[in-house]
Amino acid sequence: MKEHLINFICRFYFVLIMIFLYIPIAVMMVLSVNDSRSRVVWGGFTLRWYGQLLTNRQIREALITTIGLAFLSSAIALLIGTAAAFGMHYMNKRRYAVMMGLTNIPMLNADIVTGIALMLWFIRFLPLGFTSVLIAHITFNIPYIILAVLPKIEQMNMSVYEASRDLGATAAYGFFTTILPQLSGGILSGFFMAVTMSMDDFMITYFTKGAGVNTLSTMIYGEIRKGIKPEMYALSTVIFTAVLILLLIVNYAPSARERAQHRELAEREL
Amino acid sequence: MNRRNRELLASPYFIWSVGFTVIPLIVILRYAFTNAGGAFTVENILAIGDSINRKAFLFSLEIALICTLLCILLAYPLVMVVRRLHISRRAFMLFFLILPMWMNFILRLLAWQMILSSNGILNFALQALGLKPLDIANTWTAIIIGVVYDYFPFMMLPIFNAIADIPEDVIEAAKDLGAGPLTVFTRIIFPLSIPGLKSGITIVFVPSMTSFVVADILGGGKLQLIGNIIEQEFTRSSNWNLGSGLSVALMVFVFISMAFTIKDDVVKEDLELVCVEGTEKPGRRKAA
Repeated sequence: MKEHLINFICRFYFVLIMIFLYIPIAVMMVLSVNDSRSRVVWGGFTLRWYGQLLTNRQIREALITTIGLAFLSSAIALLIGTAAAFGMHYMNKRRYAVMMGLTNIPMLNADIVTGIALMLWFIRFLPLGFTSVLIAHITFNIPYIILAVLPKIEQMNMSVYEASRDLGATAAYGFFTTILPQLSGGILSGFFMAVTMSMDDFMITYFTKGAGVNTLSTMIYGEIRKGIKPEMYALSTVIFTAVLILLLIVNYAPSARERAQHRELAEREL
Repeated sequence: MNRRNRELLASPYFIWSVGFTVIPLIVILRYAFTNAGGAFTVENILAIGDSINRKAFLFSLEIALICTLLCILLAYPLVMVVRRLHISRRAFMLFFLILPMWMNFILRLLAWQMILSSNGILNFALQALGLKPLDIANTWTAIIIGVVYDYFPFMMLPIFNAIADIPEDVIEAAKDLGAGPLTVFTRIIFPLSIPGLKSGITIVFVPSMTSFVVADILGGGKLQLIGNIIEQEFTRSSNWNLGSGLSVALMVFVFISMAFTIKDDVVKEDLELVCVEGTEKPGRRKAA
């Protein structure tokens, strides 16, 4: 009886939180099929905002900028950050602390301060535009990569690499066949985190972007006073659904590897 | 390759960091400590004490403290609920708790604006139930709801990450020795969750103080956070020195308060759970 009650309370709480989290999403989805430009009037069901998405040049440009920026900045951050994590792994305590301090500055500092500081620096030598936003995004993405990869390097088994070298592998071949596979989990999750942060960033982009460039976030912000174009709701619904499907695939795809891991664990316990 | 050469792998990052983290901070400090004519002054920093700025600063502080506290209070029961689930279902549930973060954050806020407005969805539902409509659009409450909504996952994930690894045996042992659920929580789960709680606080507190967009959309422009004031100095008033001064004052406050919260050198690593790897917890760096 008591167990039942506890179960009920747990479920009830979980459902409440889910409602809290998903109500705005539901509102957005309803608006995306609302045949009225007003946000408070229901004008019947339509899919025309989805159709117009394909033809709206402004939205398409902002979408391309947002996605391009997210992947380009994350890829560059991945190269610099992974190399940095290796370097930091071999540092003495003092140098390591300095590097960690540098990594923590953009993490702890308020985004608004980071954005303004970068903007004040850029205007001295660089016209604000795509490049300046790209540099800003790389700057705040590198720490995410480092913090995801560094723990994996700490756990890494170096003797496999040394064995491969003893058996005649070149340094590069040994790296790609023994070290990289051990780090792939950390690298992937760091990259994923970086892409997410870059896509969702508003504050730093807002201050470093200049006049000509817009990401989806800054474009939506600019539209608040004029009224949001309903195409935006449609686009957001599309992005949300795409991410949902992508994550479902990614979450269930590695089940083969996981099964192998479970088997290994079970064997070890025996 | 010897140790020395391997360290050099970090040099591109070091150069990048100096170029785009350290130098920008020096630049903003320069603006903060000079006036429009370029002469040295501390007025821009001290301006944080002016009545409007001080009011905004204290209001931001209040919002951030309440938001952080609410996130903590909401997160613990949820984390306990998810912990009760079988391991295979945990990742799935967490995934659904995090998913809303992929809807553009300004659109999420606009959705809240519609829900909370005087003729919005919330009041419609309340009236349908025969209850009195609430008047929370453009108030303090609306801002709190928006900020909590935005940052709640960032509090929940690190806390969950910290306690997910507690072996069930430990809890069973405590129960066998006569501990009730409350004792199990206060003596085992809470102490072990503290590293996660600290990361959560560092991630939630700072942005909730400064996100001027939330105040713009849900506060109706009447309520101002320190972020709004700083933004206006750059966009409307064009007093960059004053804006920089207020930014530096904010930065100093943030770093001092964070120094008390975290002594650990790794911040935000717990966020890794957001990613595909699921419930796997990254190892902390061994004390070098």
